[in-house]
Amino acid sequence: MSDKPLAPAIEGWHTLSAKPHLIGTQCTACGTYFFPKQRQYCRNPSCDSTDFTEVELSRTGQVWSYTNACYQPPEPFVAPEPFEPYTIAGVQLEKEQMVVLGQVVTGVSVEDLKVGMTMELVLERLHETEDDIKVTWKWQPVAS
Amino acid sequence: MSNEIAILGAGMHPWGKWGHNFVQYGVAAAREALADAGVPWRDVSFVSGGATVRCGYPGYVAGATFAQALGWQGAEVNTSYAACASGSQALAAARNKILAGECEVALVVGADTTPKGFLAPAKGYRPDDPDWVRFYLGITNPTYFALYARRRMDLYGDTLDDFAAVKVKNSRIGSKNPRARYRKCFTAEDVAASAMVADPLRLMDICATSDGGAALIVSSLEYARKLGKGDAPRVAAISTVTPTFASSVVEMPDIATDSAAADGVEAHAFRSTLPLKAYEEAGIGPEDVDLAEVYDLSTALELDWIEDLRLAPRGEAAALLRNGDTSLGGKIPVNVSGGLACFGEAVPAQALAQVCELTWQLRGQAGDRQVEGAKVGITANQGLFGHGSSVIVRK
Repeated sequence: MSDKPLAPAIEGWHTLSAKPHLIGTQCTACGTYFFPKQRQYCRNPSCDSTDFTEVELSRTGQVWSYTNACYQPPEPFVAPEPFEPYTIAGVQLEKEQMVVLGQVVTGVSVEDLKVGMTMELVLERLHETEDDIKVTWKWQPVAS
Repeated sequence: MSNEIAILGAGMHPWGKWGHNFVQYGVAAAREALADAGVPWRDVSFVSGGATVRCGYPGYVAGATFAQALGWQGAEVNTSYAACASGSQALAAARNKILAGECEVALVVGADTTPKGFLAPAKGYRPDDPDWVRFYLGITNPTYFALYARRRMDLYGDTLDDFAAVKVKNSRIGSKNPRARYRKCFTAEDVAASAMVADPLRLMDICATSDGGAALIVSSLEYARKLGKGDAPRVAAISTVTPTFASSVVEMPDIATDSAAADGVEAHAFRSTLPLKAYEEAGIGPEDVDLAEVYDLSTALELDWIEDLRLAPRGEAAALLRNGDTSLGGKIPVNVSGGLACFGEAVPAQALAQVCELTWQLRGQAGDRQVEGAKVGITANQGLFGHGSSVIVRK
């Protein structure tokens, strides 16, 4: 393994703590959450607010659905050589009433998942550059 | 009904990978539709084109491009772009013009040519572009279809055999359609032997992209009667509504849904709200429908659409399929054209191709694919960025 420093693949989309959270925004008028962050206009048709606060989203939720990627996606995806299939899940966040997609941590396959299972957010390597290891959010089953 | 228009002619260039310019497909479809209608080109006073974004400037102004290719004759032109619903939106523009009394007869036409390989987003570091973000994170188009399919399996007990059965059904009927691109009868074993793309969907569960062109000649009911075609099939409804906030199903190219956390906000599934306006406008219900052409981007998605159109209660489309009810000769045949499984998607032409099929079916001209006594048909499709459509055609 490499001893390069860790860096977020996309800057400012999640915290870097041991128990990471996605960072979204919330409309101060109606309470609607946004991920990715929305700061210019509220998309609730009953709200015309332009004022938002940055919030950490719930870091656990329930599986909405799941799949995997058996073929290498096109750029900007950076694929390892050889390409390794990976699992993907959409996770329903209770408080925010929204579904967020993400890869599932390495080593978990579709056979291990079921709609409704509890998942938590973790950080894992997405790919490596010359300078650092790019990490991103991934979903991980909560050990029961 | 005062808001109806007549479909006088339908035409298509066969789907395939022909390697020609898109204009050629559109002109071929338009000429077939004109001949079918018995309407001289010079009598058409409105040309409504579905745009293609893959063919440069001529594609952005497709209405004018087709009008020029057919020979400038002073008609007014329109071009509509609404992703997969472009054809329906072009049809809606023609209907508005006719119902406003500004035009008696219009040509609606869409055509596309498809590049090879993946349609990748622009390069660089662009986190503001959702399409860039999802590809960077490894989320492709089949990911979304597979998420919907897997949810059906876990919630309703659908099986891989059910999904394969959709492909087998559509390939069997599509083999009898001379305009379809894929005309081989596939078996469940063929589907099972194809490569897994995004579990549970295999290569043969997912539709390809194709070249193709489709066109309609539409007119006022009065003009149709003057031509002695007062009994022509009619467009009874067109729905091109947006989703309703909060949209609760994660859709391409987004990585998250809307949030339904605010007071007074409810979660809505876009696909199931699309046909509501169409049913209301036509003044009919799902029980009146004789056949449906739905957007089977994947085999499993055909089952979702059957429920979204209320042709079966939620979760029961697979039971309908297993019973043979969605096959030719069944209670509610679905995709008797062969669907996208046999055509492959030609974006601005596809929604019009669905209406072409309904036109031939309602006239009783569908040959080996004919649904006996078909009087009412409905289409459904969905594209990117909140576009979708549902059209009802009746005799």
